[in-house]
Amino acid sequence: MNQWKNFSKGFFKENAVFTLLLGMCPALGVTSSAINGLGMGLATTFVLVMANIVVSMVKNFIPDKVRIPAFIVIIAAFVTVVEMVMQAYMPSLFESLGLFIPLIVVNCLVLGRAEAFASKNTVGSSVIDGAGMGLGFAMALTMLGGVRELLGSGHFFGWAIYPEDYGMLVFVLAPGAFIALGYLIAIINRFKKA
Amino acid sequence: MGKSASTLPNMVLTLLIVTAIAGSSLGFIYQLTKAPIEAAATAKQQEAIELVMPGFDNDPAAEMYEIQSDEGFVLKVFPAKKEGEFIGAAIESVTNKGFSGEIRIMVGMKPNGDIVNYQILEHKETPGLGTQMDDWFKPAEAGAEEKSRSAFFDAFYGIKAKAEGGEDTKSIIGKNPGTSRLTVRQDGGEVDAITAATITSRAFLHAVEVAYKTFTEKADAASSATKQEEGGAE
Repeated sequence: MNQWKNFSKGFFKENAVFTLLLGMCPALGVTSSAINGLGMGLATTFVLVMANIVVSMVKNFIPDKVRIPAFIVIIAAFVTVVEMVMQAYMPSLFESLGLFIPLIVVNCLVLGRAEAFASKNTVGSSVIDGAGMGLGFAMALTMLGGVRELLGSGHFFGWAIYPEDYGMLVFVLAPGAFIALGYLIAIINRFKKA
Repeated sequence: MGKSASTLPNMVLTLLIVTAIAGSSLGFIYQLTKAPIEAAATAKQQEAIELVMPGFDNDPAAEMYEIQSDEGFVLKVFPAKKEGEFIGAAIESVTNKGFSGEIRIMVGMKPNGDIVNYQILEHKETPGLGTQMDDWFKPAEAGAEEKSRSAFFDAFYGIKAKAEGGEDTKSIIGKNPGTSRLTVRQDGGEVDAITAATITSRAFLHAVEVAYKTFTEKADAASSATKQEEGGAE
């Protein structure tokens, strides 16, 4: 398979959030600001790449019937690593992402790539696939977070753009996540068809 | 190489190996990150103590003791001393009267109960409304954002951000819960509640009051008791 296509499919053609609608829980839950979205996206990317590497390496040793539990243990191990490292070196980001870090374990995107791609392909392709899907996910979360932060609190990556009083609070809250995501998907679909 | 077959010994062995490797590597990472995680938590606590009760030269975290409030919450008291003299304490207080979940605050008080400063440690209040308590109850000059906002409004609408008499009706800094009625205006108190977040304001002031009551009524007894215990242990 063409490796560039393998990498770039994660951004638009098979983007986890905008096209596949996978990983909605973190995508809607943590994206109240662009930096939260980016942090969550990069944490997921790390887990995705590492899990893809390990799964593609051990795929022949794991009997078919127990592959899902084995994959989940591998993914959970990497998630816990991310959680502990983040708590140690990025405590403020850890606080704002909170509960959603352990939830990467059950992010369908990670298990989905392990099952659908890494367990059938070589280590090299799996790394590229994981990086592409992960960065596409991070991009989507950052865009969603950026839109919500800009409309909701008048900031962008923490920089004040206009006074907070004029922000539409709903975009910081949960309903705003759905509204913003819906419009982003609509815009992206428009460009994909063109 | 063929795929390993799904026989029982194969499956058990595979899962055993996978979990053993995952478990041992996590143990290793845990050992590596344990010290930095603790250091980060201590640094945050130390920062909060220095903000709410500045000017001490002892180690409040080392002399910390816990007392129980009437509501059954455990409050942490960090005594601040300068040249051996007790100048006040940073008190970690908590309330469950918030809009959602617990609110944990750190409030600094002089020995007589005058509020020096406060900081919100942890909360789950509504973003944009309840979250304003970070700066709301401090004097207007304290928050830089508050300043820019009022300047902005002054320029375009001529609205005065402060009340007419010049007295700050939001700030609790420098006031004493024993002599001032530190409840929201709706409850007959002296403090302006956060616009559209009265519940959060009530909860915050409740946490301050709990800290004050527990500190003034129980702290001395508890602190001398702790000292006696320490003396006995030595």
